[in-house]
Amino acid sequence: MARVIVDVMPKPEILDPQGKAVTGALKRLGFEGLTVRQGKRFEITVEGDEVTPDRLDEVRDAAEKLLANTVIEAFDVRVENA
Amino acid sequence: MTRVGVVTFPGSLDDQDAARAVTVMGLEAVPLWHAAHDLEGVDAVILPGGFSYGDYLRCGAIARFSPIMSEIIDAANQGLPVLGICNGFQVLCESHLLPGALIRNDRRTFVCRDQRLEVISRDTVWTCAMGEGQEIDIVLKNGEGRYIADEETLARLEGENQIVFRYSGLNPNGSVNDIAGVTNRRGNVVGLMPHPEHNVEELTGPSLDGRLFFESLASFLSARV
Repeated sequence: MARVIVDVMPKPEILDPQGKAVTGALKRLGFEGLTVRQGKRFEITVEGDEVTPDRLDEVRDAAEKLLANTVIEAFDVRVENA
Repeated sequence: MTRVGVVTFPGSLDDQDAARAVTVMGLEAVPLWHAAHDLEGVDAVILPGGFSYGDYLRCGAIARFSPIMSEIIDAANQGLPVLGICNGFQVLCESHLLPGALIRNDRRTFVCRDQRLEVISRDTVWTCAMGEGQEIDIVLKNGEGRYIADEETLARLEGENQIVFRYSGLNPNGSVNDIAGVTNRRGNVVGLMPHPEHNVEELTGPSLDGRLFFESLASFLSARV
């Protein structure tokens, strides 16, 4: 089975309240100079031994359609090598 | 009699209240199930508040692909009046029937309050019985009600009179330009975060201003026939 990773992140210009909350908590714990933005990671198992370019395009399509809302989020699709 | 469909998704909370408001206003409420492909010939549709599909992934993101939504998207593009309240507004944005998106409140807390709104556009199916500049009080309760859109979209919304309501007095969630509700170009689809269905009876609402939404719909539909 091959695996594709989709990372979804809030666009830079979009306020990220979750990341801001985590940033604040880290500071309270004494971790200085760390700014967090929080996104989502999807691990997608694809049937077959390898991910063909067509399959990868399909996953990109899925990411655009459902996994990310491109009004507020950007996504990155890559094949994970075992 | 005017028949208003109220959709129930798994996780909808205010579908019963919305249906009750429809009935209180003398219209017929028609329950619509998310998994059905049938709008049962209704004259209008309400997408109610709640947490459809547990708000998993993003608010409204999974509901947007439910069978009933494919029917609603087609019908809305043909002019069917659709009102999205709170989670329903989020579903409409995810469906691209309305521009923009709703993200977590800037203060990161759930907000529940009686909210004053200014009516910006009465040029929609759901606000035509209101006055431009009129102030109405509608209850608000949300955690992810912060409306955002890119600059270009905002300029278009402002320029083409597609902003329907602005928060008045206090912006409860950090929405850009104080936007509380928007409409599509045609004015048949309206989405807003506050809950007009909770403002139709004196016993439970701080005002009766929610009635204006249903009076608008009734007035629009009677003028059309």
